Formats: sequence, structure tokens, C-alpha cells
Amino acid sequence: MISLSHYLTLAAILFAISIVGIFLNRKNLIVLLMAIELMLLAVNLNFVAFSHYLHNLSGQLFVFFILVVAAAEAGIGLAILVVLFRNLSSIHVDDLDQLKG
Amino acid sequence: MLNNFVVPDFYPLAPEILLLSMSFVILLADLVLGKTQRWVAFALSIITLLGCAALTVMTADGQTALTMSNLFVDDLLSDFLKLMAYLSVIMVLVYGRQYLVVRGLDKGEFYLLVLFATLGMMVMISAASLLTLYLGLELMSLSLYALVAIDRDSKRATEAAMKYFVLGALASGLLLYGMSMVYGATGNLNIADISQVLYQGQADKTVLVFGLVFIVAGIAFKLGVVPFHMWIPDVYHGAPTVVTMLIGTAPKFAAFAMILRLLVYALFAVVAEWQQMLLIMAVLSIALGNLAAIAQKNIKRMLAYSAISHMGFMLLGLTSGVIGKEVDPFTAINAYSSSLYYTLAYVLMSLGSFGMVLLLSRAGHEAEELDDFKGLNQRSPWFAGMMLIFMLSMAGIPFFIGFFAKFAVLTAAIKAGHLYVAIGAVMFSLVGAFYYLRVVKLMYFDAAEDKTPLLARTSFRILLSLNGIAVAAFGLFPDAVMSLCTAVLLHSL
Repeated sequence: MISLSHYLTLAAILFAISIVGIFLNRKNLIVLLMAIELMLLAVNLNFVAFSHYLHNLSGQLFVFFILVVAAAEAGIGLAILVVLFRNLSSIHVDDLDQLKG
Repeated sequence: MLNNFVVPDFYPLAPEILLLSMSFVILLADLVLGKTQRWVAFALSIITLLGCAALTVMTADGQTALTMSNLFVDDLLSDFLKLMAYLSVIMVLVYGRQYLVVRGLDKGEFYLLVLFATLGMMVMISAASLLTLYLGLELMSLSLYALVAIDRDSKRATEAAMKYFVLGALASGLLLYGMSMVYGATGNLNIADISQVLYQGQADKTVLVFGLVFIVAGIAFKLGVVPFHMWIPDVYHGAPTVVTMLIGTAPKFAAFAMILRLLVYALFAVVAEWQQMLLIMAVLSIALGNLAAIAQKNIKRMLAYSAISHMGFMLLGLTSGVIGKEVDPFTAINAYSSSLYYTLAYVLMSLGSFGMVLLLSRAGHEAEELDDFKGLNQRSPWFAGMMLIFMLSMAGIPFFIGFFAKFAVLTAAIKAGHLYVAIGAVMFSLVGAFYYLRVVKLMYFDAAEDKTPLLARTSFRILLSLNGIAVAAFGLFPDAVMSLCTAVLLHSL
């Protein structure tokens, strides 16, 4: 039998992977965007699991909104990535070093 | 099920509906307008915001109205914060007009994104549920990410946009994870229901506090307080100055509303825990912001670090609401209204200082180095005087609004028993006075390197002068503003 805590643990692991992905990734900005998506999906898993075990539908409703926002967020993120690539000809995280101080 | 459907009351939403429909009108109008008619989008945006202000005043009856299945609340606090947000957005648009025109950035998209960001702030301010709060926050943030990158050929601006986007998305993720835990602990998304469940003590406290940590981290990221401040200097520096000005002003009201709705309205049951976290962040922000600002040569970066320290002061008021175990509503309202007062004062000063940076900028020249302020007194004694007011007020020197804001927050902190914290905060603002006064020294005692006359429109000059006079005049009547803030919170909490 899969219990609530199994789902929560899985979501926590996914969430931790995505945070580590954001901070340890020194190579590619696309991987960073993937990590952000993974983070939102981990939260979705949390909401769905709670919603099921609490017999309350509003959590699943929230998930729909998060999915829509995640799509919009990916759109904006990729658009910024495209203008960045046109200016820098690179999507390496280490090349983002103009602003310092 | 369909039989139970009740048509919601749209009246409290009137300002939001007007803003949304006018955004679509501007979107369509922009398609047919030529390059010479771009002022139409500007004029329509200003008219829209003024119309929203009129509707907000009309719907402000001092009653708390819940609508849209209890997702949206219209109380005095939301009306007050919305009016302040419109005011600062209008000022940003008027100040930024010339800057945008000479750089060819005054496209319809700019005004649309500003209006959508404003709509996001309004939804956040009026959120009665975690869902609306999140949607408003995302609408605001996504528009701001795009605005930072609006000058798409600038390397600095696009880099700043990327950094802002990644850290902003991370903050939203943290906040959402926290919200999911609060939902798990209470089984509710509605803010009033959450506080009800917590009041009855039915929630699992471990899960709740675990969620609280993530919520506080998310809020701290959005506010830009230490240790989640690293995006602030880069974004303030890289973004076009108008956008920097927008990010640094109106969203602060929305962030204040978010803190109040999430921490004070919903999670008041764990007030001792979040007060502790906010206190640590406030102290660190005041210290680091003031120390790091000294080393800056770029005024936008300097103002960014000063923003970090000011947000620290704002949080200091929020940490002083509850003393020990007992909850005294008057102490709490006093402390939170000192924070509201601080936010208001900071936004006014911040608008003025960034307005001065815009005043000195012209085609092909960004006046963002401190040296650009050299000898301003010889070029324009009046505006040097205005900058003097903004800098002295930010430094917290009597008798400007900034002094009374600091005074109110520190009084609240001392009452709450944070005596050493208050002494430390005063010490660090003394350190901070150094870099504000350095600007004054450059303006009055150095020779001007750049003798070009200031080219600003009359509307800009009048508004900036009014801004400066307001900072000075509110300092003469501090009680009036303070009692207004207290009355607003008294009617809404």
C-alpha cells in the first residue's frame, strides 16, 4: 500500500534534485529551466497527494493553475534565453558575468 | 451541482476589470498606431490607471467584501495599497517617458507589460486565497521579467533578466512548496479558513512549520532581503532605469500585502516562529545592505543595496507585533502600521531618487555613475536641492519622512523588547548615512564635469518637484500619515 508519506518523500526528493540542479549547474541554462519545471512538478505531486488523502478537491484545482503558469513561465524563460543567446552567442551559466560588484 | 451556481458580485472587482479591458484596448490600438502616435498608448495607460483609482475610491466603503467564491477580498487595506500602487506606477510612467522615447523603447509592449504587472499587484493585494495570491504574484513577476529584457539588444539587460527570471522562479517554487505544506496541514486554500483551522488547533504543527520555512524563504526572495538578496544589485544595475524604478517601488506594496495576508492573516498561529525568522533576516539585511552600499560607484547598485537595508527596516516592524506569548491587538496594529508607513516612505523616496537618475540621463548617456552627480548644484540648484531631500530622507535625518518612518519602526521594535536590535539598526543607518551624504558632497562641493543643461519635460519637472516636496512635507506632519496607516489596518485586521 502506498501511503501519503511515500508521495511526500518522492516530492521532497524531486524538489531537492531541482534545487541542487539550479545551484550546482554551471554549464547550461536550458538545464536550469528544466530544473525549474521539475520543481513545479514536485509541488504538483504534493498537492495531488494531499488532495487525495484529505478528500478535498481544491488541491487538484490548484495543480491546473500551476501547470498553466508553468507553461507561461517556460515561455518567458525561453524568450529571455533567445535574446540572451543573440547577444552573447552562448548559453553557458559562466558567461553571465557582466554584472558584478 | 449547476443549480448551486451563484453569479458572483463583480462590483468589488471593478478596478481589475477596467484595467484588464483597457489593456486589451491598448493592445489592439497599438496595432494600428504608427511610430509618431506612440504617445496614445502612454496617455491611455495613464487614463486607465486614473480610472482604476476612481473606481477603487468608489468601492472603498470600509466594509470587507468577499467575492468570486471567497477568492477575492476588497477591504480598506487592499484599497489603500492599490491606490498607492497606481500612484507609483503613474509616476514611473511619467518619469520614464523621455527616457523611453530617446531610446526607442516606448513601444506598446512596454505599457502593456506595465499594466499587466499592475493587474498582478492588484490581484495579490486583494487575494483571499493562496491560489489568487500565487496567480497575482506570477502575473506580476512574469511581466517584470519581460520588462527587464525589453531593451533586447543590451547585453546587461538580458543578463539581468535571466538572473531575475531564474531566481524569481526559484522563489515562486519555494513559496508554492510551502503553500502545499500549509494546504496539507490545514486542508484549506482559503486564508480565512486556514487561520480558523489553526485557531482550533486541528493542524499538524510539524508540517505547518516545515511549510512556513519555505513560505518565509519565498517571501524573502521576492522582497530581496539577506540571505536571498543576490539578485537585487544585478537586476537593479542591468535593467533599464525605468524598469529598475518600477521593480523598486510599486511591487513593494504588493509584497507588503503578501506578507500580511500569508503570515499575519493565515499563519498567525505560528507567529513566534516566523517573527524569529524575519528578525534574523531584518538584522542581516540592515547590516549587509548598508555596508555593501559604501563600496558602490554605480548609483543604481548603491540604491539596490540601500533597498536591501530599507526592506530590513520594513521587516523589523513586522517582527514586533507580538511580545512574548500574549497577543495584544493594539501593539500588533501599531507595529504593522509602522511597517506600512515605512513602505510608503521608502517608495516615495525611491521614486524620487530614481527620478533624479532619469533626469540626468539623455540619449546615449546613462547617468548611473555617482560621478554623474558631480556639481549638480551648478547645473540646477533646484534639482540638486530635491536630490538633497531624497538623500537626507533615505539616511533618516530629521525632519524628513524617512526619519519618522525609521522612528516608528524602531519604537515598535523597542516596545517588543528588541532593544539591542534597534541599537544595531541605528548604528548601521549611521554607517549608511555616509554613502547618502557622499552624493550630497559630490553635488555641492565638486566641479561639474558635464555641463549640458538638463533636458526634461515640464510634466517631469513638476512631478519630481512635487515628489521632493511631499517627502519634505510629510515629514512635517508625520502623525497624519501614521494615523492613516493605523486606521487602514484597524479596519482590515
